[in-house]
Amino acid sequence: MTDPTPAPTTAGAGTPAPAPTPLPPRSPAEGPPDAGGTGPWGIPLPQEDGTVTLRVWRGDATAGQLVDYTLPAQDGEVVLDVVHRIQASVAPDLACRWNCKAGKCGSCSSEINGRPRLMCMTRVDELPEGPITVTPLRTFPILRDLVTDVSFNYEMAKQVPAFAPPPPPPDGYRMQQEDVQRGQEFRKCIECFLCQDVCHVIRDHEENKAQYAGPRFFIRYAELEMHPLDTNDRRELVRQRMGLSLCNITKCCTEVCPEHIKITDNAIIPLKERVVDSSYDPVAWLGRKILRRHKRSPDEATAEAP
Amino acid sequence: MTTVENPTVTHVALGGTRGGPDVPTLRRDRWWLQPLVTTTVLTAFVVYSTWAIFVNKDYYAGAALHRDLISPFYSPCITASCVPGTRGTAVVATWWHITPALLVMGGPLGFRLTCYYYRRAYYRGFWQSPPNCGVADGHRRYTGESRFPLILQNVHRYFFLIGLLFNTILTIDAVMAFRMPGGGGIGVSIGTLVLCVNAVLLWLYSLSCHAARHLCGGHVRSFSRHPVRYRLWKFLTPLNARHMQFAWASLVFVGLTDLYVRLVASGTITDLKLF
Repeated sequence: MTDPTPAPTTAGAGTPAPAPTPLPPRSPAEGPPDAGGTGPWGIPLPQEDGTVTLRVWRGDATAGQLVDYTLPAQDGEVVLDVVHRIQASVAPDLACRWNCKAGKCGSCSSEINGRPRLMCMTRVDELPEGPITVTPLRTFPILRDLVTDVSFNYEMAKQVPAFAPPPPPPDGYRMQQEDVQRGQEFRKCIECFLCQDVCHVIRDHEENKAQYAGPRFFIRYAELEMHPLDTNDRRELVRQRMGLSLCNITKCCTEVCPEHIKITDNAIIPLKERVVDSSYDPVAWLGRKILRRHKRSPDEATAEAP
Repeated sequence: MTTVENPTVTHVALGGTRGGPDVPTLRRDRWWLQPLVTTTVLTAFVVYSTWAIFVNKDYYAGAALHRDLISPFYSPCITASCVPGTRGTAVVATWWHITPALLVMGGPLGFRLTCYYYRRAYYRGFWQSPPNCGVADGHRRYTGESRFPLILQNVHRYFFLIGLLFNTILTIDAVMAFRMPGGGGIGVSIGTLVLCVNAVLLWLYSLSCHAARHLCGGHVRSFSRHPVRYRLWKFLTPLNARHMQFAWASLVFVGLTDLYVRLVASGTITDLKLF
């Protein structure tokens, strides 16, 4: 959990926050706003008067509202840059979680113009003209301003039965390249939880949170189920307790993933098909009976978790 | 009917106050366009195909026109009420007296209804669950595909196999369309090409199906121990990435194929023989 205080670079330890310097209001005598505010290659800046306005959610669990901050636009900025400039100028108490500013830590997840995105990977000049709305992740309880309590995800992470390899052979485990490659995509996940945020199963239906792992953890379950050395069988677990059947594969998780993981096509649907094998396919059922194969119940699957 | 026999709940804090204004969406782009287009095209197809199925005429351009073109909606024509000359390999349903298309539409319809792509399309477009990403769900309660009737979506793999059967039949139709009965020998007309493209698109749609990818190799834990299945999976995976495109292209082209055959069979247009 990150302290919801301004980031160190803008209000670092021991460094007093700079005094707020709000822009003076434009008077009618100044004439029309600057025209032709464009970035590189003629990309229009968000506002033609050479300013950028961020409409930021300010508040906590008791109350909140959208507050407009208007600053001079700068070429090549991402939304996180503007948030930092707001912290450095007019609102040093604006709470925002961030870390790497390179799209790899997953900390600065928020909703920009209503779409879950990383603030550090969203260029201001690629957004449509007008105020840019920046709000906290909708699915999780708010702590303050843009910082939310994402502990739901950590609770769900605890429920995943860990990798369960067989006893190692004398010469050690061996994996072939094609088996390694298969799970590699899933390991790109940076745990930004944008997929969890956009998933309407919990975004719009709070009651489902108790029984729904969400796309991020379906990736994890799929990775384990596709691991050639894993011996556990989590199919009944994801069907009965992790809410796989609540997913109606609308692919929003794939659309928002900053790592471009094909969450739905490569993890959730293969997992659903494996659940069909274990629970809904009469031919597969017959095969299990003839070959005397046993599928593990949720309790058996979780019993082996360390 | 629920599918969960042994549920427990994870202890997560529920009901926390959420941030942001309490509005359905803050999106400023034209998020409504995608579900609108989806709904419009699917509705247009349903309306047209329903009409085409129940009109029960002009679905076959036969020897009188020196052609052998049958509408994909009516193939295989296996009822006693089929027009003479249609190539039902056997009249199976002698007891069926209404439109023959109704008897065979279940397979392709079931395949498309349970298709993972179409599910996304109609859940978003028609059911508004959700209309688009980051837009509020149109329903207060939500149980997904965990209960009847949506639990039946799990039969998709069986409809996939039925779909392969139909693809084979429509491929035979396309091959037979090279015949020009009534002394024309073998040739190629626009209608021949239309039926061929239709068959190719249907194969691409079927082979790019997620169930196909699973059955051919996706179900194994270790690719290295199943090299043949791995090769099949590798062949199907790039197709699977374009499943949406194939789904739309094949859907639209099935309708266009029916329309073309219908226009030729009714004498509205002449099927041009290319060579």
